[in-house]
Amino acid sequence: MLLLGLQSSWLPFYGGIVVGFITTFLLLHVLLLPQPVPVPSWDPRVGTAPPGTPSSPALYSLAPSDTAGEDAGVARGLFQRVRVLCWVMTAPQNLEPKARHVRDTWARHCNVALFVSSEPAPHFPAVGLGVPEGRAQLYWKTIRALQYVQRHHRHSADWFLKADDDTFVVLDNLRWLLAAHSPQRPLYFGKRFRPFARQGYMSGGAGYVLSRAALARVATALTRGTCGHSGPEEDVALGQCLERLGVAVGDSRDTWGRETFHPFPPEIHLTHHFARDFWYQRYCWYPVVEGPRCCSDLAVSFHYVSGEEMYTLEYLSQRLRPYGYSPRYQPALRPPVSPNTPRTPVSLNATETPVSPNATWTPVSPRATRSHPGPHAPKPPNPSRTPPALKAAPDLGGSYSGVHAGEGTPPQPQMS
Amino acid sequence: MISESSSFIKGVVLGGVFCMLVTLLGHIKVGHGTKAHHHEHHHIQAPNKEDVLNLSEDERVELSKSIHVYCIILVKPKDLGHWAAARETWSKHCDKAEFYSSENVKVFDSVAVNTNDMWMMMRKAYKIAYERYKDEFSWFFLAYPTTFAIIENLKYFLLKKDPSQPFYIGHTVKSGDLEYVDGEGGIVLSIESLRRLSRVLEDPDKCPEHGGMIWKLAEDKQLAICLKYTGVFAENAEDSEGKDVFNTKSVGALIKEAMSTHPQQVVDGCCSDMAITFSGLAPNHMHVMMYGVYRLRPYGHSYSDALVFLPPPGSDND
Repeated sequence: MLLLGLQSSWLPFYGGIVVGFITTFLLLHVLLLPQPVPVPSWDPRVGTAPPGTPSSPALYSLAPSDTAGEDAGVARGLFQRVRVLCWVMTAPQNLEPKARHVRDTWARHCNVALFVSSEPAPHFPAVGLGVPEGRAQLYWKTIRALQYVQRHHRHSADWFLKADDDTFVVLDNLRWLLAAHSPQRPLYFGKRFRPFARQGYMSGGAGYVLSRAALARVATALTRGTCGHSGPEEDVALGQCLERLGVAVGDSRDTWGRETFHPFPPEIHLTHHFARDFWYQRYCWYPVVEGPRCCSDLAVSFHYVSGEEMYTLEYLSQRLRPYGYSPRYQPALRPPVSPNTPRTPVSLNATETPVSPNATWTPVSPRATRSHPGPHAPKPPNPSRTPPALKAAPDLGGSYSGVHAGEGTPPQPQMS
Repeated sequence: MISESSSFIKGVVLGGVFCMLVTLLGHIKVGHGTKAHHHEHHHIQAPNKEDVLNLSEDERVELSKSIHVYCIILVKPKDLGHWAAARETWSKHCDKAEFYSSENVKVFDSVAVNTNDMWMMMRKAYKIAYERYKDEFSWFFLAYPTTFAIIENLKYFLLKKDPSQPFYIGHTVKSGDLEYVDGEGGIVLSIESLRRLSRVLEDPDKCPEHGGMIWKLAEDKQLAICLKYTGVFAENAEDSEGKDVFNTKSVGALIKEAMSTHPQQVVDGCCSDMAITFSGLAPNHMHVMMYGVYRLRPYGHSYSDALVFLPPPGSDND
């Protein structure tokens, strides 16, 4: 009887222990013990959209602020005077692996940052263009992106930068470069390549930036079909279109003649020796420089940058510095120079004047936008409109590792 | 029925009490552990910005000139690539940098110590450095071939520290009772520490040439043992936020760790703004670091630093 009694009560006893333990555990950890505060996915310093802007999934940044021992006054002035909208081309499957690292690093320095994908992703935030992904659709996607930016954001900024989700950009340096130019002029900057267009075209991956006037022209033309809606490579096709519309190419080199937009990561430009017959030498508008002089101190962009390297470059450029070091290159802020417009002071809050289709314009020669003439005269355009067959894999040599050439193909002039 | 429900209730109560005991014990144990750990660790911090800015203009100029750092880089012929990279990059910013190599190499100038053993190399290098430079330099920085150092940040860190005191600074590690500076992150000795070291190196009981009876101790541990005999103790260097300034890993490796531990604050959580060393770098990475540290920067930011360092002559990558 006793045994039976014990047997019948051990089950509820041990069951009770388990229940009691679990209940107390839940009570303690859920209700009583402090929970870690969930970190917001966006930087709390990110500002809110200015009043009157349409509801578009964009990120608005705050001007750079002073910290202890650091005076960001000049950078802040440039942030307010040279407003840049960044639109980053990405895809749904790349949001977390790639675009997220852009969003959490350099995109925070844009006045406005837009992530452009084929499908909308409001939590990211990313805009959906409704264009399918894939190399064949790249030009279509770029056209749609340009039209979207023109439609929703033409008043948000003075300059419009296109970048990929593996491009790293230093916005303060872009503003320095653009400060000398008027956004009312149809102008664009980037890494200048020679073939396929008389004035050259800008490499897509290294990023290119259009003035407000240039954006208006190209968006209008694309809507009207002036430029055609398909092309073999997005950057070549766009370059040809811009040339047809009279948008001039700017010289993006610094005052010591060093490049600022770069189609490869820093390690390649600084340490690699390109093979003689590598396409890059033929494509560059300006002479290729290897070693330390490849790149300006005030570099604007690098391409084929992995997610981890985004943070590394952000840390190296924005945070880590040699205390007390006085750099060799300390250029002055270049005041705006516009030889083709009347000598009235540039109003900082000038209202945009619409480009009328009958307005006369004169193509600005590249020399006028630079402080000293370039070493090369533009060569006659390549008679064939399609790019030559490129080698299957560029022989970059043993010292080079870690290129992600998009879908596994070697770096080519079209963007990944 | 009643007996069953009462035993159930007894079980519930017992289970709850047990759970609370376990939780409380767990919390107390964790707290106790960190406190004890914190106590025994020696930490040394960078100067406060306010302290430094209170100095007059003349004092600042004098200070910038007064801190002399002599760099010792231990190399072997197999490290030729790293050797070349260190020569062309960060070592140019030392007041004087010399490469102590295991054997003479035609390509580069070096001080040959004629031994392959790391501890012997270290001993000889320190001995030679002390004999030749004890009157010229107040601080001695020793690095391995894969280390990249920012000497300006080292000088700022040492700004208010008196070299006639025994300093032995770097990235410290605890191994049992011994706290030593990890050689990978670079080792900083004041002239006083070097003076004491050169004396104890002559003592074969305290500081034998072939340390360890059964297996060889790593050279950075041997150094710590010898210095301990002279009353010099390792100190871990940190900035005002408590971040290490001597790093035994590369920026890339530290960023990767930060991406997995705190993905929302990768750059904030990673590394110090005034980091002095990174290690485990390939030669190409040293060139990238040189560009990233000394040249690549965003336009329009100026700093009111107390010290002024000019670029070294005859160089184009800084």
